[in-house]
Amino acid sequence: MGLLHTVNKSPFESNTFDTCLGYAKDGSTVLLIEDGVYAATTGNSAADKIKNASGVTFAVLGPDLQARGLEGKLADGIKVVDYEGFVNLAAECDSVQAWL
Amino acid sequence: MAVKKFMYVNRKAPYGTVYALESLEVVLIGAAFDQDVSLAFIGDGVYELTKGQNTDAIGQKNFSPVYSALGDYDVNKIYVEKESLEERGLTLDDLQHLVWEDEDEDWAEKDSIRLVSRADLADVMAEQDICLSF
Repeated sequence: MGLLHTVNKSPFESNTFDTCLGYAKDGSTVLLIEDGVYAATTGNSAADKIKNASGVTFAVLGPDLQARGLEGKLADGIKVVDYEGFVNLAAECDSVQAWL
Repeated sequence: MAVKKFMYVNRKAPYGTVYALESLEVVLIGAAFDQDVSLAFIGDGVYELTKGQNTDAIGQKNFSPVYSALGDYDVNKIYVEKESLEERGLTLDDLQHLVWEDEDEDWAEKDSIRLVSRADLADVMAEQDICLSF
């Protein structure tokens, strides 16, 4: 599998998410963690960018989504993983690029 | 002691950084001084008020229930910026319902949250003696 990108910043607070998308090639996975999970919610500009990033797999860390009360706002097509799933993704992918 | 108008401006999402919790702590401490207090939630700060927060799996304290206690501390002017909610795909229904009891009207329960436009909030901000930003 390709690269695993992690994003831990809100897309409305910094350009980390946008920068990551610019580097996310086909076959790579973007995992949204901590404040990065806000990009996985519906009805905002980040949701449109995810929809347009074809060839990239998007995942979100469930515990961080639950902490923020946003499980019900999850956008379509984004896989929810737990901590074990995070580890599996890191193990399956060629390497991890943590966008801070 | 003369009463001053204090506004606490909240601009950060909870849990990712400590700003939201620190702000809440300062508001509660400040509430002991009988000042005219208001809170503003703008930008990612609106995420502080989402309902249904559950932090069991991330090992952090869920401090969101504390917002519903603010009314008991006479903190009942809570401004939420309309544009910030809309930009994030949120509505008032996604937020906690915060209330306070009005002593002058036989403890009638009233809404604490005031949904305001950016322009209106700028006016309220301009009326303050002191703004504290988090």
